[in-house]
Amino acid sequence: MLCALRKLGLFALTLWAAVTINFFLPRLMPGDPADAALARLAQNGPVTDATRAAIEAQLGLPTGNLWDQYVSYLQQVVTLDFGVSFTYYPQSVSELVADALPYTLILVGLVTVIAFIGGTLLGVLAAWKRGTWLDALPTIGGSFASAFPYFWTALLLLFFLGYVLRWFPSSGAYSVTSDPGLNWQFIGDAAYHAALPAVTILVTSLGGWILGMRNTMISTLGDDYVTFAEANGLRKRTVALRYAARNAILPNLTSFGLALGGVVGGSLLVEQVFGYPGVGYLLFNAVINQDYPLMQAMFLMITVSVLVANFLVDILYGVLDPRTRR
Amino acid sequence: MLRFAGTILSNGKARIGAAILGLFLLIGIFAPLLSPYDPNANDFAGGEGASAAHWLGTTAAGEDVLSQLLHGAQVSLLVGLVAGGLSTVVAVLIGLSWGYLRGFTAEAINFVVNLFLVIPGLPLMIVLAAYLQGGGLIMIIAVVVITGWAWGARVLRSQTQSLRSRDFVTAAVFSGERPSRIVFREILPNMLSLIVGSFFGAATAAILAESGLSYLGLGDTSTISWGTMLFWAQNSNALLTGQWALLFAPGLCIALLATSLTLINFGVDGISNPRLREGKDAR
Repeated sequence: MLCALRKLGLFALTLWAAVTINFFLPRLMPGDPADAALARLAQNGPVTDATRAAIEAQLGLPTGNLWDQYVSYLQQVVTLDFGVSFTYYPQSVSELVADALPYTLILVGLVTVIAFIGGTLLGVLAAWKRGTWLDALPTIGGSFASAFPYFWTALLLLFFLGYVLRWFPSSGAYSVTSDPGLNWQFIGDAAYHAALPAVTILVTSLGGWILGMRNTMISTLGDDYVTFAEANGLRKRTVALRYAARNAILPNLTSFGLALGGVVGGSLLVEQVFGYPGVGYLLFNAVINQDYPLMQAMFLMITVSVLVANFLVDILYGVLDPRTRR
Repeated sequence: MLRFAGTILSNGKARIGAAILGLFLLIGIFAPLLSPYDPNANDFAGGEGASAAHWLGTTAAGEDVLSQLLHGAQVSLLVGLVAGGLSTVVAVLIGLSWGYLRGFTAEAINFVVNLFLVIPGLPLMIVLAAYLQGGGLIMIIAVVVITGWAWGARVLRSQTQSLRSRDFVTAAVFSGERPSRIVFREILPNMLSLIVGSFFGAATAAILAESGLSYLGLGDTSTISWGTMLFWAQNSNALLTGQWALLFAPGLCIALLATSLTLINFGVDGISNPRLREGKDAR
């Protein structure tokens, strides 16, 4: 119980630190992001006082009390009010983020879990059959594929399967003709559009899980209790899965939480290539249009999502490994 | 040091990796001699496919793809070496002190490192690069170092912690050595393999990060690097015109270079963890 409270406290502290970093980032930069943002926004028409206040709180003004800015920034974060985007004027930043977030969450979340489970099983197999082709193929293939830049895998798949063979759509998250909503026709269409981005993330992230699991598994297989289990005449599969893999998976789970940030980052590039209207695509558009308010809010959203995912993994770790519950 | 290299190279995968890396180093050094044309010359017919005059075709702006590809090796190698090296230096300084110190300072460093570990690197890089537009290669290196040191620091810290309680450290403490000397003269040489390993890891990450940022057009788009080649390729719709060599070649080079460093790390792993060694002495 005490441990759970400590974890919760640490999580809250990390969350606060991330929010604060997001506050100081534009203020530490050379130039004046707030002025640039206000100038860009003025091109779209008159800027209301509320909008001006929102941008000033978020990006900072050369004059003005830092503490007051910080307080109104925290208010913004709590109420999720980040002003209006000037790329997509007059839509508000919060609306845009809320539109984009589900696509990325479903795509990245689902694929990452599949990749982790698949990669871990392949890693167990590779370590168990060490020295055979079942080891060599996933290990070498995995380390080669994980060195692929995400955007390049995406470009290749898009080129061959999207443009040359025309098996898959080349951009978007659903067809213009389909009706967004909870019906089978739309879900099927969305899955069809998500196939290429999903395969890209799967191919590039699978290798890391295979290698990590294989290495910890090899170390675990050398431990005495594994030899003892084998000497007891237990079935090979029982020894591999219930004895060795059960213990080898723990360090991998920690790296699962940490690698999540990398996968999210990679998926940003993947979305950009496929024109997939998720968080990455929106962030990229915000960056090239110097839409700083949108960019700051996106960065905060992405960071907070990864932090929450890590927190959940941390809790799961406590369930799986009783020793950490002390 | 020679024995060190020998152990690494006794691993078959590391040998392959070292061969690929060596090839890229040669290409990078001799790029001006090897490339058939000036990589910036844009007086050829644009958007051509492969031909005898241009083995990999020309870009939409009329530059020779092969010449650009060979010169692109320089940027990736430079970024890998400098950004990987600087991240490793930061990781060593912070990781070792963090592992040796106890009490509140260690807890505070712990918090900062964990924060840097969980904040997703690429979005942070993109945001930093968006503010620092026009910074060129130096900006990219700085951004990569800021976001890339934490992983190495964590690995080195846990090894420092386990070495701290060894007898030779206790002996050094009793003979009255200063903490900085104990950490960097006594402990550091014992974890050289881990440091080398985290250098190759950081260099791989740096190369991939540079290519990603350049591909998004956030670096200096007039620099010739594999990432900017892909940026221009996509901007000029090479996908539609079917110039597969222009899309294929730079990415393959990035992937091969990054793989070579990962493969070398298999050999480095064998030094610190003999169970992962291969060959005759393994079993």
